[in-house]
Amino acid sequence: MDWNLRLSLRVRSIILSLVILVVSLGVWELSISTGGSDRPLTEYEILTGGGAPKAGVPPPSDVIAKAYEELSQPFYDNGPNDKGIGIQIGYSLYRVLSGYFLAAAIAIPVGFLIGMSPLMYRALDPYIQILKPISPLAWMPLALFVIQDSQASAIFVIFICSIWPMLINTAFGVAGVRQDWVNVARTHELNNMRTALTVILPAAAPTILTGMRISIGIAWLVIVAAEMLVGGTGIGYYVWNEWNNLDLTSVIFSIIMIGFVGMVLDAFFGMIQRRVQYSE
Amino acid sequence: MTAPFLKIEQLAQRFPSPDKGGDQLTVFENVNFGIEKGEFVCIIGHSGCGKSTIMNVLAGLGEASEGVVVMDGREVKGPSLDRGVVFQNYSLLPWLSALKNVTFAVRARHPGWSKEEVKAHSYKYLELVGLTGGAEHRKPSQLSGGMRQRVSIARAFAIQPKLLLLDEPFGALDALTRGSIQDELLRIWQGTDLTVFMITHDVDEAIYLADRVLLMTNGPYARVAESVEVGIPRPRSRDEIVEHPNYYKVRNHLVHFLARRSKELAGKEHASANGQPETVRFPDPQDEASERDEPVRPTLRAVNE
Repeated sequence: MDWNLRLSLRVRSIILSLVILVVSLGVWELSISTGGSDRPLTEYEILTGGGAPKAGVPPPSDVIAKAYEELSQPFYDNGPNDKGIGIQIGYSLYRVLSGYFLAAAIAIPVGFLIGMSPLMYRALDPYIQILKPISPLAWMPLALFVIQDSQASAIFVIFICSIWPMLINTAFGVAGVRQDWVNVARTHELNNMRTALTVILPAAAPTILTGMRISIGIAWLVIVAAEMLVGGTGIGYYVWNEWNNLDLTSVIFSIIMIGFVGMVLDAFFGMIQRRVQYSE
Repeated sequence: MTAPFLKIEQLAQRFPSPDKGGDQLTVFENVNFGIEKGEFVCIIGHSGCGKSTIMNVLAGLGEASEGVVVMDGREVKGPSLDRGVVFQNYSLLPWLSALKNVTFAVRARHPGWSKEEVKAHSYKYLELVGLTGGAEHRKPSQLSGGMRQRVSIARAFAIQPKLLLLDEPFGALDALTRGSIQDELLRIWQGTDLTVFMITHDVDEAIYLADRVLLMTNGPYARVAESVEVGIPRPRSRDEIVEHPNYYKVRNHLVHFLARRSKELAGKEHASANGQPETVRFPDPQDEASERDEPVRPTLRAVNE
């Protein structure tokens, strides 16, 4: 197996990935096109509608064709129930990012406070422990009632689900800053604000970014479910709408798109995380 | 007698007893000593005698239970840029490059300076420790232990403090690196009127660097028992210093103190009435003139690698 050694690990892994893709798509395609017998229908079957075409899982070739069709014109808008995939994802991203950054704007300063003050930590800990495990969708009815707006409610749900990992990680990161570095700030007579910005923030940044990365992942998971509930626009609504249309090709296509966007979001935060990472 | 530049009076550190009603634990007490301006003083003692606590009090990072520290006529309360600290673990900020670690300090010292001024000043001190030519852009994790300590020393000198505090700065370094950084430290220090207070465990290092070595007895109830004057003229070189008649006398005295007397003297009351440590001086047979009165300290000397 000489060629095995000559190719780099990277190339070999790409080849293997492609083989897995082709084989699984092939199995999928073949498993769907078989089935259905040529035997003539009985009278009973005709009467009960047995002759009607059965809605089945579409083969990958259909999904690829659908993907090509959708992605070639992602931003068309033919009314409330027929919008391009780009518009739907755009709506979802808008909700996710506004809820997410709203959460970050609160979680990071509050996390700082909790991390720096044992008193605040002890005082707020019981609330965090109770609020953290609540499924974000459980807030939905209350949000709809209080906010009286389904769009804002969806953003609120994203806010409430992404706040906890950021809050906890910020507090943890800030509390864990080495005393040596704080002493460096103290011996250089830095005031509290400068210490927070030039020493504690960069020292805790990798931990904070880990929290932000977890949060964006959760927010993207939750937005699909939230949009299924509030409806109107967004990728979650799109999936549910296509299910109601019994258009499984579109359902599968949008599932893949959800995965793809989630991957891009994660990769983006992963990139920032690597930038603030330091080794001691 | 005028008051010394740095004066430590009746310093004590006590901790409450772990069990209720018991006596409180005294790490050290009755610590009195003074350091003159421009003097290089080392302090030696076994672990647990409270050297690092004294250092932290001088740095303003900690507070002693009793006693006062007066520097330049003012009581030391809290950290100050007048006191530069070099820690054993370097305490560089790992997300900043070597240069940025120094500019961090310079900017804190001179908030009004422009970027160029800060940079030029920082480079001057990085050059003094031989950290230029690309190495200054590396992060601490990409530097060796010796290089890191050089950055740390450059950072401390760059803020031009009145008092430099060194907490076992060379403890984690190999002997060769240690030697060359000791030389660099002396070279930078000589010609300044900077006062240096340094903790060390290394007797030879103390003799090579210091004007005076303070000896602490073992804790608990530790105290500064003796102040040994090294009395070897500067500039000193590593190979010539051992030929000085005082070298082995001082060395034997220090080693003997660490090995035996630090234990024997532990917990005992002060011999001298004023609470000051006993001064130990070895007369120099070659030169009867006291070096204490007129320290010979040329600004430049050849660097021997």
